[in-house]
Amino acid sequence: MQMAALPLSEQMILTLAALILFTSFLLLAQTRIVTLIHTFAWQGALLFFATVLVAIVSGRHHLLISAGLTLALKVFFIPWQLRRLVVRLDIRRDVETVGSSSLIMIGAGALVLFSYYVALPIRELSMLSTRNTIAISLAVILIGMLMIITRRKAVAQVIGFMSMENGLMFAAVSATYGMPMVVELGVAFDVLVAAILFGVFFFQIRNGIGSLNVDHLNRLNEVD
Amino acid sequence: MNGWALAVIQAGLLAFGAPFLAGWVKWVKCKLQCRQGPSPWQPYRNLSKLFRKDIVISEQASPVFRMAPYLVFSVTALAGSVMPFVAIGLPTSAIADVIVLVGFFALARFFLALAGMDVGTAFGGMGSSREMTISSLAEPAILMAVFTLAMTVSSTNLASMISHLLVEPFQLYPSFIFAGMGLLLVTVAETGRIPVDNPATHLELTMIHEAMILEYSGRHLALMEWAAMLKLMIYGVLIANLFIPWGIALELTPLALAIGLVAITGKLAVLGVVLAVAETSLAKMRFFRVPQFLGLAFILCLLGMLSHVILEVR
Amino acid sequence: MPLTLAWIALLFALASALLPLLCGNRNRAIKTIAFLLLGLAGLAGIAGGGLALLQGASYNLTLPVGLPWLHSHLHLDPLSGFFMVIVGLVTVVAAVYGPAYVREYEQGPQFLLPLTIFTALFVLGMDLVLLAADAFTFMLGWELMSISGYMLVVYQHQHERNRSAAFIYLLMSHVGALLILLAYGVLAGFGDGFDFTHMAAAQLSLGWGSVAFALALLGFGIKAGLVPLHVWLPEAHPVAPSHISAMMSGVMLKVAVYGFIRFTFDLLGEVHWSWGLIVLLIGCASALLGVLYALMQHDLKRLLAYHSVENIGIIYIGLGLSMIFASNDLPGLAALGLVAALYHSLNHALFKSLLFFGAGAILQQSHEHDLGKMGGLIRGMPVTAGCFLIGCISISALPPFNGFVSEWLTFQAALQGTALKSGILGSLIPVAAAVLALTGALAAACFVKVFGVAFLGQARSKQSLAAKEAAPGMLIGQGILALLCLVFGIFPTWTVGVISNIPLMLLGVGLPEATAGGWLWLTPVGAQTASYGAPMVLLGICLAWLFVYLRLHPRRRKTSVQVGATWDCGFGPLNARMQYTATAFAMPIRRIFQPVWPIEERIEPETAENPGGGRHLKVGDWAWQKIYLVIGRVLLASAKRAALIQGGNIRVYLAYSFVTLLFLLWVIV
Repeated sequence: MQMAALPLSEQMILTLAALILFTSFLLLAQTRIVTLIHTFAWQGALLFFATVLVAIVSGRHHLLISAGLTLALKVFFIPWQLRRLVVRLDIRRDVETVGSSSLIMIGAGALVLFSYYVALPIRELSMLSTRNTIAISLAVILIGMLMIITRRKAVAQVIGFMSMENGLMFAAVSATYGMPMVVELGVAFDVLVAAILFGVFFFQIRNGIGSLNVDHLNRLNEVD
Repeated sequence: MNGWALAVIQAGLLAFGAPFLAGWVKWVKCKLQCRQGPSPWQPYRNLSKLFRKDIVISEQASPVFRMAPYLVFSVTALAGSVMPFVAIGLPTSAIADVIVLVGFFALARFFLALAGMDVGTAFGGMGSSREMTISSLAEPAILMAVFTLAMTVSSTNLASMISHLLVEPFQLYPSFIFAGMGLLLVTVAETGRIPVDNPATHLELTMIHEAMILEYSGRHLALMEWAAMLKLMIYGVLIANLFIPWGIALELTPLALAIGLVAITGKLAVLGVVLAVAETSLAKMRFFRVPQFLGLAFILCLLGMLSHVILEVR
Repeated sequence: MPLTLAWIALLFALASALLPLLCGNRNRAIKTIAFLLLGLAGLAGIAGGGLALLQGASYNLTLPVGLPWLHSHLHLDPLSGFFMVIVGLVTVVAAVYGPAYVREYEQGPQFLLPLTIFTALFVLGMDLVLLAADAFTFMLGWELMSISGYMLVVYQHQHERNRSAAFIYLLMSHVGALLILLAYGVLAGFGDGFDFTHMAAAQLSLGWGSVAFALALLGFGIKAGLVPLHVWLPEAHPVAPSHISAMMSGVMLKVAVYGFIRFTFDLLGEVHWSWGLIVLLIGCASALLGVLYALMQHDLKRLLAYHSVENIGIIYIGLGLSMIFASNDLPGLAALGLVAALYHSLNHALFKSLLFFGAGAILQQSHEHDLGKMGGLIRGMPVTAGCFLIGCISISALPPFNGFVSEWLTFQAALQGTALKSGILGSLIPVAAAVLALTGALAAACFVKVFGVAFLGQARSKQSLAAKEAAPGMLIGQGILALLCLVFGIFPTWTVGVISNIPLMLLGVGLPEATAGGWLWLTPVGAQTASYGAPMVLLGICLAWLFVYLRLHPRRRKTSVQVGATWDCGFGPLNARMQYTATAFAMPIRRIFQPVWPIEERIEPETAENPGGGRHLKVGDWAWQKIYLVIGRVLLASAKRAALIQGGNIRVYLAYSFVTLLFLLWVIV
């Protein structure tokens, strides 16, 4: 078993990877909106720790900047912003019923297995010891997408989207020790803008259809 | 021969230490809730009082009813005797591996549930039905946790598992974290603690374990209660020694054994505090929320297994 | 020698079918002769099969009868010997149990003779299937088994329910037989011969191999009762006489398992990993759905029939694991999976027939099928209750009885999934094991329900209250099986040592590790990996019990035991209707796994003739609604279409003959 050959810090990174995946599952299963936002913040925090660890282990200090961005945006700003929105929209106590949640969880488990299968050939290309995390980040991305599909409330969908972004970020950090700085800054900026835009959209949607339930928007076909 | 004698002593220690753990949890819980609380020794007094009391048996009771307490207690005690408690490398640990241990608990539960059905009251049937439902959901999670650990140490024998973990240099296994969390949740459900069942309640509509033993009195009741305490103790030792194996005696010298005893006492005390805190801060769940709770436990264990396959192999 | 004994078994079975014909209408003579000879056939089968299994050798014989170009080949090797022992065991017990049980039918409208004749032919057919070494003899035995099975199911043909159940059974049996025949056809086509040696030598491409495998899986799967091919099972088993249900469930399904093992491991040779995966998945589905459907039943024999589906699923999980390991060049682990599956076959034969015999005793004494009308039977029938309890513990896979050992072995085989190179398979196998764990736990819940509702509590009907202990023969039969359940649970090391002759023959590897620790310890992979000391477990339980009992015995402690009324919350006497019923017991599980069943539930309003209203609950089977009824509808519709060619005019029909004649002439030229 090669696990023993890894230094403790890299074992920590692997553990953080597993925990990030776990928070994805929690996001998928969580029905209360405020707790959902908190879980999302925790995912960001785990990502922050992972980035810092990678930065220290690999000695690439520019990763610290992106870690800082993660901390500022994903852990504090966006959750705070979302929470504020939720308070202003007065949906704090909303509980979303997720239909057949156990099936969705089983599906998510299958997605993890699938991403492992997909990531197998990619894994061979990377020489880094943390390459095993590619499958995890892919799974986080896919589960984020699954969340967008299965949720009805717009806020939950936004969080799903953001957690997809977390997965991308984690893939970049752990598999290739980060993207070029410009890209990372761009992505961070995008997320920031997206968060604000979504905020605006929430109000628009609610003004338009009187609810944040996107099932009321199902006119996306041409048959009329 | 020495080993067998030690094994018997260890099993006795486990059995007679179990009421203290139950009392300790209760004491800490009371302190957390700013109540006076009975002393941790109270369960011993309760048991000895029950052993001295007369027995009333329902006229509907069949031999199963009178047999069940003895059987439940002996099977649980046997399960305790195969646990590496203070030392590993005792001959009894070869009798059963973790899967057999789960089987022992299932056997004890089978008779407990039958005893609940025996006198033909609605309470007993209700308790049995609920207990069997919960346990059938908990069992896959336990097995999954066991599998996750067994995949790493390639053994299901408790003694070899623990010694493997002790001999290898320390590693941070992500899978162990998940399996540990999952096993904790299952323990809560299996030993009938809040938020799944309330060991203190006698409100008929919410109880599970107490509903099944409602008709018992005297020494029968004492055995049933003791078996429940023993079960809590065994699960505690299982978690403590599997996930925090340090301190357990590897060889059978007096010094090592003493250290082992101190270590396990400390671990169990901490675990008891954790349990008390959890019980204080959580509310009892509705019965039909329990499947979700156990589903979470299963997902945790599943993630543990997957992270073993994805992250730890190769 | 073993083959001679097997021959004797066949002859005894044949004699048991034919000799009673001479007795005319004297029931007593028929019973004595038929069951005595049947028992002797079983004993000879045990002896012959057991010898072959112990010696681990094969014996071949070619008879000068059969088709002109294919003489009938017989052989007896460890695999067929093992299943012969299973057939023999249950046959012997049925012969002990039968005479007392059929007393009920003597007063009925039927003659006794057909029952004994077809029972004997049924056993004869099964033995012939096991001994067959060519496709022709195999199919002959198979059809003999199926058709006499039909006759036995339809024995009480005055009931509409029996006739329709028997028809479904016959129909599905024949579809299955057809598929098996095709599967043999594929092998024979490549191997140039219908005998097994030629077939085993056939070199198949992956495509044709898959075709043959799929046909065999379906064909044997119908007989074995895999989901979704299981629908005949819960219909046929409850209506057959109980000792026949025991033999059908305990043995006939095993013969199908034998056929599958013979076909896959012996004849097909090289297995592909994906076949193993399919078998594993189907096994998981059968196990889980079988037990979930069983939980919802309140007819005792129907419930047991669904449990057969579950246990066949468990056997197939073991087989699937074995196939996966075998295709990955891990013959040692493949042997472990195979041994687990075979051990479970033996165990299932024992405890399932024990439970059916128990159900038969209840049926005879209280005339109740329905769990909702039983209760408190332990008072009237203590011995039956004790044996039934042992059966319940065994089937729920609880130590120290036999069901636990085979499930434990299956778990151990699943645990070795890490040895596989593929991580995907390596992580699917533990999930399968979790399904197995869920199945085992649900089975325990189901049998707590069965035993608790049927034997404990208060009687729910007058008949249950009046039930008396069954006749001695029936009790002896159940006692033998209960004892065997314990013996095979306590001495697994010896059993595994003997069974491992089968993988030694099929895969070239036995399980030397399993028995390395002596008779006390079962160590399937190695002493460090896992060990189970079954005798120690029993000893430990007994010692702990003795200790507790001696310490607490009333003579030492002066505490008295008083008998009083059950606590009724101060509301007045409890009655039988206040107890939890079987439906109530299973309610939480019904709610949690809701989508698994088509549930029809409604509250009936209060009316004049129905004071207090009522509750209607019907739990169906999705397989019926989604598969069979659809197939039936499609068939009927297409038959209607085809009926268009029936013009009704004689000239049209003559024209058909004319065209056919022209066509044939054209083909010939």
